[in-house]
Amino acid sequence: MSTKIKDTQKMIEEVLSVYPEKSKKERAKHLAANDPTGQCSTCQVKANVKSRPGVMTVRGCAYAGAKGVVWGPVKDQITISHGPIGCGQYSWWSRRNYYNGRTGIDAFGTMHITTDFQEKNIVYGGDKGLDAAIKELHGLFPLGRGIGILSECPVGLIGDDIEAVSKRVAKEINIPIVPVRCEGFRGVSQSLGHHIANDTIKDYVLGKGTLEKTTPYDVNLIGDYNIGGDAWASRKILEEMGLRVIAQYTGDSTINEIGIASKARLNLIHCYRSMNYICRTMEENYGIPWMEFNFFGPTKTFDSIRKIAARFDEKIRQNAEAVIARYAPLMNKVVEQYRPKLEGKKVMLYVGGLRPRHTIGAYEDLGMEVVASGYEFGHNDDYKRTYPELKEGAVIMDDATLYELEEFTRRLKPDMVGSGIKEKYSYHKLGVPFRQMHSWDYSGPYHGFDGFPVFARDMDMTVNSPTWGLIRRKK
Amino acid sequence: MRQIAIYGKGGIGKSTTTQNLVAALAEAGHKCMIIGCDPKADSTRLILNRKMQNTVMDMAREKGTVEDLDLEEVLLTGFKNIKCAESGGPEPGVGCAGRGVITAINFLEENGAYGDDTDFVFYDVLGDVVCGGFAMPIREGKAKEIYIVTSGEMMAMYAANNISRGILKYAQSGGVRLGGLICNSRKTDKEFELISELASKLGTQMIHFVPRDNEVQRAELRRKTVIDYAPDHPQADEYRALAKKIADNKNFVVPTPITMDELEKLLMDYGIMEKEEAVA
Repeated sequence: MSTKIKDTQKMIEEVLSVYPEKSKKERAKHLAANDPTGQCSTCQVKANVKSRPGVMTVRGCAYAGAKGVVWGPVKDQITISHGPIGCGQYSWWSRRNYYNGRTGIDAFGTMHITTDFQEKNIVYGGDKGLDAAIKELHGLFPLGRGIGILSECPVGLIGDDIEAVSKRVAKEINIPIVPVRCEGFRGVSQSLGHHIANDTIKDYVLGKGTLEKTTPYDVNLIGDYNIGGDAWASRKILEEMGLRVIAQYTGDSTINEIGIASKARLNLIHCYRSMNYICRTMEENYGIPWMEFNFFGPTKTFDSIRKIAARFDEKIRQNAEAVIARYAPLMNKVVEQYRPKLEGKKVMLYVGGLRPRHTIGAYEDLGMEVVASGYEFGHNDDYKRTYPELKEGAVIMDDATLYELEEFTRRLKPDMVGSGIKEKYSYHKLGVPFRQMHSWDYSGPYHGFDGFPVFARDMDMTVNSPTWGLIRRKK
Repeated sequence: MRQIAIYGKGGIGKSTTTQNLVAALAEAGHKCMIIGCDPKADSTRLILNRKMQNTVMDMAREKGTVEDLDLEEVLLTGFKNIKCAESGGPEPGVGCAGRGVITAINFLEENGAYGDDTDFVFYDVLGDVVCGGFAMPIREGKAKEIYIVTSGEMMAMYAANNISRGILKYAQSGGVRLGGLICNSRKTDKEFELISELASKLGTQMIHFVPRDNEVQRAELRRKTVIDYAPDHPQADEYRALAKKIADNKNFVVPTPITMDELEKLLMDYGIMEKEEAVA
């Protein structure tokens, strides 16, 4: 075992030393020193298990995964938060999934609709109210092409039969009504919500759209939620390569797109964690192969363009090289501009989905090094994909606690931390440069060639902002 | 004021027994109140001489929220000034009846339904304690005494034992005690002896053995208690006896529920199971 790994392991032990015995034993399984070769047997973290009570976790719930991530961005579906007011209110478009369309006419992404449970709905059931809400919505918004029923916790407790309502009313108004059993108490994190939502795509929408003709170049862009315009940047590259994106899952997408995805030749998946399920479904049921790719930073983007093109004919492969040739000078310019200011800077990441591994290359393009990375709700397969991306001895964290994040920050002294809104303000108080990397801190896109210049500018702005020097740091 | 909860297997005669018992208490001069904790809302029919129309939850549904309700709308007065309220709730298979019980009892408490002049408050609770809602009447600060209505039938005894387990849980945390078993006779074999023995195994008493009599059904058909319909009938005296025993009861215990094996052995000891086998 190398000294780098040993040093990191020693540091992790120190951080854990303040915990009571039981917590220490359990948390130790979720923290590791990275071994990119995968040979070190003690360098694998345990993942996707229940958070330890008593420590602060930033995980979300199944409802957050199903509504906030997967179904919410489908723009012409009207999403109902079925239950009391809070869940819908507090998840009222915070992920900035951009879309084209006129809100309230043919798009509903930023609208907040709830059945607003009162005592009487708990006692007498919420199904009648739901039935009325769906019909009212259909009357108010005739261009809504689907309605999603996203269950909040009480719906599961009182056994509201949302499937029966869906079946009955769908026949009457003739649009898909998708009942999603994503009660927040199910599972250990938002991850189960992604899976549940993927399953409802399969059961209620997939295979039901209309597409006039197919081409050999039809692909789906999967696991891109168009945060700050990400999917638009990614789509642009695929189109310049000569591919035809028939469906975006689910950033700036329509119910019809979700339905026709089963006609594509290849599924291109960006966020593996939230959408591998539907890719596997399409592989099994429709024989559509799938591949992962990475459009963060020029190195990974060029690499992914070539890998995608290799799945197609000579024409696409030539287009791919032309695309790379066209954008390489622009990307070089970005690197030339920002790399001198960011070279050697250390980054600590604690995020979700694909970011803990997918953004590493983009940081490296700017000369930065990711010294610690972790997932809120990753599974083992996410970590397996992460180990080779990080340097030896980097810290791997699963479902990290706020205490652990602060301690690692104190010891690793990163030049910036990328994490979520719950961590943001504690880092501000610590005086450590911070970027909210769930929804790009109100910026973006970060994907593709449109995204990289924004990414580079934002990281420079974060790391080199004079503001941090004005904060009185905790001694 | 004594708050008393009546539990027992579904269909065993909790509501009928409770209303007759309360009628007898009221007749003896006690000020009484019955709170029905069952969505069927039939815990006060014999006292009001009609089915309660304004249950707490039904009125709350009609008005929007429970906060919009006035106490007078849901607290009615019947036979011998017995005050009556029903929690109400959904039809079977939808919503959450348990939450209805919680909401209704909270409403009644907060709005001062239990006046200082009340001697007895009775909670008539549906079947088994299936969830937290139906345990509401025996939580801290509410009913301190429980009577379980049972009969010599095995499933009724099984339910009585199960309910004792629920009481045990709340007895440890909240101070609720079992006051006794009320045997509502079904004329099964050796019923008196069997329930007396079950009571002693549970650490309590069979407080009264109510014989089976069709006068109860005749009174019920006329939406009345026996006390009201046929005050001179011997069955009315049975309920008066039960009422007096409860009013005078000092025997309150933390129950000692038994295992299923012990319960089966009890039935065997009293010859019921062997007899069945002999028939087979």
